[in-house]
Amino acid sequence: MSRAQVFQTTDEAVAGIEDGSTVLVGGFGLAGMPFDLIDALIRQGAKDLTIVSNNAGNGDVGLAALLAAGQVRKVLCSFPRQADSWVFDGLYRAGKIELEVVPQGNLAERMRAAGAGIGAFFCPTAVGTPLAEGKETREINGRTYVLEYPIKGDVAFISAYRADTLGNLVYRKTARNFGPVMATAATVTIAQVTEVVPAGALDPEAVVTPSIFVDRIVPVESRHYTVQGAR
Amino acid sequence: MDAATVHSAPGNSAVEHTGRGPLSTDELAAVIGRDIPAGAYVNLGIGQPTKIADHLPADADGNPTVILHTENGMLGMGPAATGDAIDPDLTNAGKVPVTELPGAAYFHHADSFAMMRGGHLDVCVLGAYQVSARGDLANWHTGKPDDIPAVGGAMDLAIGAKDVYVMMTLFTKEGDAKLVADCSYPLTGVACVSRVYTDYAVFDLQPDGVHVLATYGISLAELRDRVGVKLLG
Repeated sequence: MSRAQVFQTTDEAVAGIEDGSTVLVGGFGLAGMPFDLIDALIRQGAKDLTIVSNNAGNGDVGLAALLAAGQVRKVLCSFPRQADSWVFDGLYRAGKIELEVVPQGNLAERMRAAGAGIGAFFCPTAVGTPLAEGKETREINGRTYVLEYPIKGDVAFISAYRADTLGNLVYRKTARNFGPVMATAATVTIAQVTEVVPAGALDPEAVVTPSIFVDRIVPVESRHYTVQGAR
Repeated sequence: MDAATVHSAPGNSAVEHTGRGPLSTDELAAVIGRDIPAGAYVNLGIGQPTKIADHLPADADGNPTVILHTENGMLGMGPAATGDAIDPDLTNAGKVPVTELPGAAYFHHADSFAMMRGGHLDVCVLGAYQVSARGDLANWHTGKPDDIPAVGGAMDLAIGAKDVYVMMTLFTKEGDAKLVADCSYPLTGVACVSRVYTDYAVFDLQPDGVHVLATYGISLAELRDRVGVKLLG
């Protein structure tokens, strides 16, 4: 399959996601969180998932709802602990979910490497800290680096602002965050967007994610979750 | 400032402000803000360092001359948003709604962290549990068994920004100094901090040791007594 497909419902857009999949989930807190795709994945019911996302859920919606549904085996993220991460906190303290904490920039760069065909890379972040323990290091030009491996997804869920019918994407403000990187790093990239426009309607100079990285598009109603006490 | 209470002891360059108490958080933010050079690209960490935004250098018209970076993907971040200006798609790294200034730019996470690791970001200011005399930083994890670790962008910032400043209280609630010979908390970065701004003193970490630049509400002698690392004047 090469050309992106446009679906009318999120249930069609997430069809076929298998148990045990690694799912890259965009968003930073609530900004850019693909809520509609996550809700569809809860209905679809795939289990034993590994989730890669910056946070581990806020409040009771989105990722937190997916965790609460018992569909997630492991979370790779940079910042699980927040004022409103009670769903994750409870599962973690009960030993019901695995956690791998990854520095935020490494999370992004490891996915960038996956999307760019890089086998591994030497990174200065976390040298001498517990997050580099057991990892190979090398001194290059007098500085120590840690060997980091790519993170590849079976599926990526991203939330963009607008798509054209070919799958070119533009984002909105800081909701862009992980979207462009995750779109490159998964076998199947699924984008929820607030509007699908005809090919040619987006300024080619302004396209952020080119269509080649996008497999499925689904328009959703523009809406934002607000979580009591969310930060 | 009362001139009678501001002095440097002979042989010391440290300025002692003894006729007053320690700095309040806002006063400390102002001290740090004055040391940030005009034109710098700056990242202010979550928590207390965000207060520095109110004290950054400005031009004659009051417009900021510093460009703020927020690691979730923006340069040219403006003040916190209120009322109708609140946009769920526009937040800072603390997930607080913010505004954009003229000339702002948005970018994805890999670019945002390239700005740190690649040596493009001039200054970041971070909070800390502990800083060692050689500039090791501990600010992400208490190491307690029931604590859920969360690092965010702290490790990337610590080793990436050209200058890493720490903003913290000098003493714990128990009265122990947080400037230490060796950090007992898990490290965020090794030998990465250049300045430590605290309520009682400002420290410059140099290859030859820890220099005290200023004290507030404490004499240099008493500071030496309460901080367990060798302090140069």
